[in-house]
Amino acid sequence: MHPAFSVIVFTTASGAGYGLLALTGLVFAAGGFASMHWGFGFCAIGLGTALVAGGLVSSTLHLGRPERTLRALTQVRTSWLSREGALAALAFLPILGLFIGWVAMGLVDGPVRLAALAAALLSIATVHATAMIYRSLKPVHQWCNGHVVPVYHVLAAMTGALLLNALAHLWGAPSQALAAFALLACVAGAFLKERYWRFVDEDAAPSTPGTATGLSALGKVRLLDPPHTGSNYVMREMGFRVARKHALKLRRAALLLGFVAPALLLLVAALLGGATATVAATIAPVPALAGVLAERWLFFAEARHSASLYYGAEAA
Amino acid sequence: MTSYARPAEGDRKLGLVIDLDTCVGCHACAVNCKEWNTSGHSAPLTDLEPWSRDASGVWFNRIHSFEAGEGAQGRTVHFPRSCLHCEEPACVEVCPTGASYKRVEDGIVLVNADTCIGCKLCSWACPYGAREFDEDEGVMKKCTLCVDRIYNENLPEAERVPACVSTCPAGARHFGDLGDPGSSVSRMVQERGGIELMPELGYKPVNRYLPPRPRTGGCGGGKAKALEPAIDTAALHPALRWLDRILSR
Repeated sequence: MHPAFSVIVFTTASGAGYGLLALTGLVFAAGGFASMHWGFGFCAIGLGTALVAGGLVSSTLHLGRPERTLRALTQVRTSWLSREGALAALAFLPILGLFIGWVAMGLVDGPVRLAALAAALLSIATVHATAMIYRSLKPVHQWCNGHVVPVYHVLAAMTGALLLNALAHLWGAPSQALAAFALLACVAGAFLKERYWRFVDEDAAPSTPGTATGLSALGKVRLLDPPHTGSNYVMREMGFRVARKHALKLRRAALLLGFVAPALLLLVAALLGGATATVAATIAPVPALAGVLAERWLFFAEARHSASLYYGAEAA
Repeated sequence: MTSYARPAEGDRKLGLVIDLDTCVGCHACAVNCKEWNTSGHSAPLTDLEPWSRDASGVWFNRIHSFEAGEGAQGRTVHFPRSCLHCEEPACVEVCPTGASYKRVEDGIVLVNADTCIGCKLCSWACPYGAREFDEDEGVMKKCTLCVDRIYNENLPEAERVPACVSTCPAGARHFGDLGDPGSSVSRMVQERGGIELMPELGYKPVNRYLPPRPRTGGCGGGKAKALEPAIDTAALHPALRWLDRILSR
């Protein structure tokens, strides 16, 4: 599948934003931020919302008719894309409630905690809807499998936890529990991605040139002549292939940047303390986000669509 | 609405039956499709850089040629590919705006160009690569089964079939109601063992492909009678040679 830059940026940024908002909301709802200054709330909610909104704006760049974007909220009964849009829009309400209650009015209990919990749950639900868009596409075997949804959730939680951990350090209130959660998410993310990549390498798609043409009874089926000498939309959008050696290099880069580097920085912060810890914790989200960008690019580039079987692909 | 009623027993399911045994791969159906539809329901079928080497545009019908089998058993099969108007069209389900829809009355899958936002998700959901994005208009386009021909009372009745069917010089394309077991297309599918493409994905395509018929005698078959040897006229008597020339005129 063609890796559209706007969609890759969108899922990475909105994943990190929703991860940050979900964790902030959950910790707040549990009373964990009762003693934190409102300025911390301003930064956490502000950064989360900026990442989410920036991602959503980026995703509309991918549309042919962005001026009609609001129509996309109407088909929640069947479409995961519509559900994602509707959940994202709905999530802004409790996020705004949490922002007003905590930051503007200085309240840390009662209905503000409820708003925090609602913001967290809707953030998680939105990430789930994003993952389900890919998970439900049967023509793409590398997307339509049980590995995809957990990866989206864990990577959102990981990037969100790294951002919240960085903010906590910058506000002089580092939390061991938060750092431990972020570290755990890094390990889980690396494990899930390795498992996903093994699936991509080993599990064959159900469709073949034989089933695509219905000619398998005659023997092996292969393309003799394409329909035209030039290119077309389906070939560009669905026929994108990344060279195996490039994919392996990028997998290593995604693994090192996305999971190993932030985990090491978290360990450095935990072991050294002081100003070094603050610096290490603050820069930890940077390689993580770069790694997730590479991971998302690969998620598209390594995905193969069954329509490519009509254009000479021997496997989908 | 992208939620749709799944066709029930006896519902009309208009579609195509394509005979892979007789298709000669001439691309006339694709050309006539482009010709009709570029001013039809989903007009225009935009071409980008039409006069350059990188010409690229929207087509609803594309003709691939495949090889199947090995050696003497191998055959070339020309394979026209267009929207199959599936009974369970995921392209319709994933549409976030309701622009993609499946008609209840005849099962045709269409796109409303006025409400499509061009998110392209429907083209990802179609395993057959039948949907093509119009980069100029920013909306998705696809085969309409010539909805503007098949009910068009301004056309003579014989022409009320999809453009691809009307133009096929080999008679390889057939149009009809595949929901009616007694229709000529349904009987053809029954008799020839019509194939469903990618049945493993469960989209239940309505269009069917008739497989190439089995070979009867192979290449040449070795059964045809050998020709008589030609007469060596140079060796003939001049009078016979003159007679041969006269009779050969």
